[in-house]
Formats: sequence, C-alpha cells, structure tokens
Amino acid sequence: MAATVEAVREATRDSVHVPHRKLVIMAWSGDLDRIWPTLILGTTGAAMGMETTVFFTFWGLFPLVKDDVRITGDNWMQKLLSTMDRPGLEHVKLGKMNFAGAGPAMMRKLAREHQVASPKELVELAKDLGVKLVPCQMTMDLLGLHRDDLIDGVEEPAGATTALLEAQDAITLFI
Amino acid sequence: MSTTIARTLDMKGFACPLPIAKTAQAIRELVTGDVLEVLATDPGSVPDFDAWSVSTGHQLVERTEEDGVFRFLIRKG
Repeated sequence: MAATVEAVREATRDSVHVPHRKLVIMAWSGDLDRIWPTLILGTTGAAMGMETTVFFTFWGLFPLVKDDVRITGDNWMQKLLSTMDRPGLEHVKLGKMNFAGAGPAMMRKLAREHQVASPKELVELAKDLGVKLVPCQMTMDLLGLHRDDLIDGVEEPAGATTALLEAQDAITLFI
Repeated sequence: MSTTIARTLDMKGFACPLPIAKTAQAIRELVTGDVLEVLATDPGSVPDFDAWSVSTGHQLVERTEEDGVFRFLIRKG
C-alpha cells in the first residue's frame, strides 16, 4: 500500500493532477452487501475531490425508496414484486447468509459495534459531499416507481446514454 | 507559516470511510493555509490519509502515533 502511495506521489510530484477525476458507479443490486460498498466508495470518491455519480438501476433502485413506502407499483405485478422484495434502505437483504433477515440484523449490529457508518448515514454523507444519485428512468417505469416514492435529494431520473456519457472519462464500477 | 490548529476532528473509534469523509466535510469550512488536526484509531487511515492528500492537494504536514491514536495535521491547499 505504502509503495502504491509513493508511486502516486512520484507521478504527481509537480501537480495534484491524478488521471481520473471522475467516478461513476452503476448500482445494480439491492443487496446490503453491495449497496454498502457502493455508498462507501461513492462518499470516498467525493471526499477525494472526484466528481462522483451513482446510477441506480434494476434492483439497485429499491434502496432509494423511502423506508415507509410499503408497496410500490401501479399494477399487480409491480406491486407483487415490491411485496416480495420490500423497498427501502432499512429493509435491504444480504446477498448471502440472509437467514430471513437475521443476517442483515447481525451485520448492522456488528457495524454499529465497529462504528462503521450505516447505509442511511452514508447516503446523507454522499449527498452532502455532492455525490449525484441518479435513478434509472427505465427501471422506474418497469417497477412502477414514482419520484415521490424516492428519498429526497436524488437527481432527475436519466437513461443509459446519460450514464455512459458520464462514464466516458471516469473510473467506472458496476456493483 | 504557523502550525496553529484551526480545528480538531476526533474520529477515534470510527471505521472507513468516516475519518476521510468527515475530514473532507471539515476542511470545506476552513480557509487555505489553515491546519486541521484529525485524530483516528483506524490503522487503514494511515495509507488513506496519504492517498487522500495526494488526490486533493491538501498537505499532510505531520503524522504521529501515540497509544494507538494517529494524529494527522493537514494544511488546507
């Protein structure tokens, strides 16, 4: 690690320029163990002065839904989806070892003990540090989600073209 | 330049990414040349503050350790 930092320092001796000043994360998953590192990397990128955008698509969109919104969707299929996979950051599940919710509860308890910021805290930090949280318009339509289902402070929904344009000169992660 | 500390940020006990994220928030409130003191116990913060300094241009002027507490002095660039 120290060697890496030294290499970066050497390469940037005469300026503070580093090759990538932008970070784009495609948040595809609604799993706690993916959305958490997404938020950690997003806040860190912004803290490092990188222009940071997170695009939330497919299952990644459910964590952006307000916790008190129980059922989303306009038709029975969309509604059924939201009852099987309850939206909201407080209700996200683990990708493995979920054990009907016992896994995430343990994970959150461990995180509190080790003073790791909760996903909710990280979303607030991310917004404060200027991370753009962009919902995917197509997924909103697919799942029957509306702007007022989503938490405050997210950007206008956008499409794949916007995401790829942002990603042109950025470090891009798909999580 | 003096090393008067403009502000102290106590991040003892907190894990990644809070020491760096809160430092980024705190340094916004300062003016160029001000020194921010950050206290942390996360061993990962040692390489992280190096990397953060390189990336942001805020100068890490001093790093010391005492009883497991790392003390970073950062001059706003």
